[in-house]
Amino acid sequence: MTRDGSASNNLPKPLWLCAELTYACPLQCPYCSNPVDFSRQRDTLKTGDWIRVLREARLMGAVQLGFSGGEPLLRRDLEAMVAEGRRLGYYTNLITSAAGLGEERLKALKQAGLDHIQISFQASSRALSDFMAGTEIFEHKLAAARLVKQYGYDIVLNFVVYRDNIDQIDLMLEMAGEVGADYVELANVQYYGWALLNRDRLLPTREQLQRAEAIAHEYQERWKGRMRVFYVIPDYYEERPKACMNGWGSIFLTVAPDGVALPCQAARQLPGIEFPNVRDHSVDWIWNESPAFNRFRGFDWMKEPCRGCPERFKDFGGCRCQAYMLTGDAANTDPVCSLAPRHDVVLSAIATANAAASADDGKRDPRRQDPAVIFRNARNSAKLSA
Amino acid sequence: MAVPDRDTVLVVSSKFRLQWEPAQQAYVLLYAEGMIKLNSSAAEVLKRLDGTRTLAAVIDDLQRQFPKAAVENDVKEFVNVAHDQGWISFKQPA
Ligand code: SF4
Ligand code: SF4
Repeated sequence: MTRDGSASNNLPKPLWLCAELTYACPLQCPYCSNPVDFSRQRDTLKTGDWIRVLREARLMGAVQLGFSGGEPLLRRDLEAMVAEGRRLGYYTNLITSAAGLGEERLKALKQAGLDHIQISFQASSRALSDFMAGTEIFEHKLAAARLVKQYGYDIVLNFVVYRDNIDQIDLMLEMAGEVGADYVELANVQYYGWALLNRDRLLPTREQLQRAEAIAHEYQERWKGRMRVFYVIPDYYEERPKACMNGWGSIFLTVAPDGVALPCQAARQLPGIEFPNVRDHSVDWIWNESPAFNRFRGFDWMKEPCRGCPERFKDFGGCRCQAYMLTGDAANTDPVCSLAPRHDVVLSAIATANAAASADDGKRDPRRQDPAVIFRNARNSAKLSA
Repeated sequence: MAVPDRDTVLVVSSKFRLQWEPAQQAYVLLYAEGMIKLNSSAAEVLKRLDGTRTLAAVIDDLQRQFPKAAVENDVKEFVNVAHDQGWISFKQPA
């Protein structure tokens, strides 16, 4: 993240702190990356705990602070945390579905010093958007996007992209143009948490992807200087894995609603690693000393083929959580890599999704498609984690 | 080169925040997607952009502080780059 190479020392610093303030959310997106068993975590951190975490991480060099969730606006103390974050010198970001983002709240957040707001969208049409969100919220999101501009913020929209909406990328971009967005992210679903459960339903086909990418690039050219368009491909279709989190314990620190500290949002599920809780330990100990944060630091933990691969300095062997989810061992090469011994699991996931997609063909109503969508809500969470 | 007139007011763009970062022992520009660590000469220029200073004022001020340096050229070169990157914007004097 720093563009200048002249680092003062080489010890990793938690430059990005992601505060997942709550797992509660009025929406039910089936691509949500929250843990499937989120309904089991009830004991959320109090304001004072969060503020201590903010202070400790800042002393260690954290500069970016993201408030996410769940829906962070559900916490009434959000403004207090933003104010403290800003006072400490963080760049404060709110990552929201816009549920609960009205004028009063926005005014208070602005006053507290919030720097940046990103609003997520499910689709460009009300019907599909409200279906995926599991609630009627599309019109409100549009209104909220326009409102943030009035308060001097950039309009930053994040469209989550999946099989049922990827063919409408041009409509998403037109919609973004209509509300006067400054920045649009078209982010293909990453398959963690609920998204993995719904993968056969969400993963686009290769043809869909190619078309979408071409359209995204066309708009990037067309809107140069007016709106920035950022397109995130789904790693399943890549030959090489993503440099996940820029390496384990390298720049990212996530704190879950109950205080568990994680190198990334999805890591909690990894077996055999005890992730420390900010209630029991200082952020300094967690980041520098804890076995969990040191588990996959550096390169010594790697197996072949990563261990001897020249590309390991670039991609760090990919994502530990993906390696675990798809191969059963977090120390394996991310199976997205075409050199991975278990690359076959990714190929077969692609084949399954493509077969499901051609079976859908012509049935445009998302409700009628197979397999059925599993919505992210407390009822399904309780059922699935029983 | 996008070097403005000497009486143009230079300001740090609203998308960026300039601050001293103790952990980096450097001035940085913070923005939504990350952080740009500044070398000392870039920092010396940006620190002076308080919303009222013109290009000429910045140059004069720096020349006073660093009498031996070729300030004018360095500042103009940096202003050009910083504007291209969107770090600063130009305001015409009122
Ligand atoms: S992805 Fe959807 S359900 Fe999950 S936290 Fe965000 S808005 Fe809520
Ligand atoms: S083998 Fe490992 S290090 Fe090499 S490209 Fe694949 S994931 Fe990266």
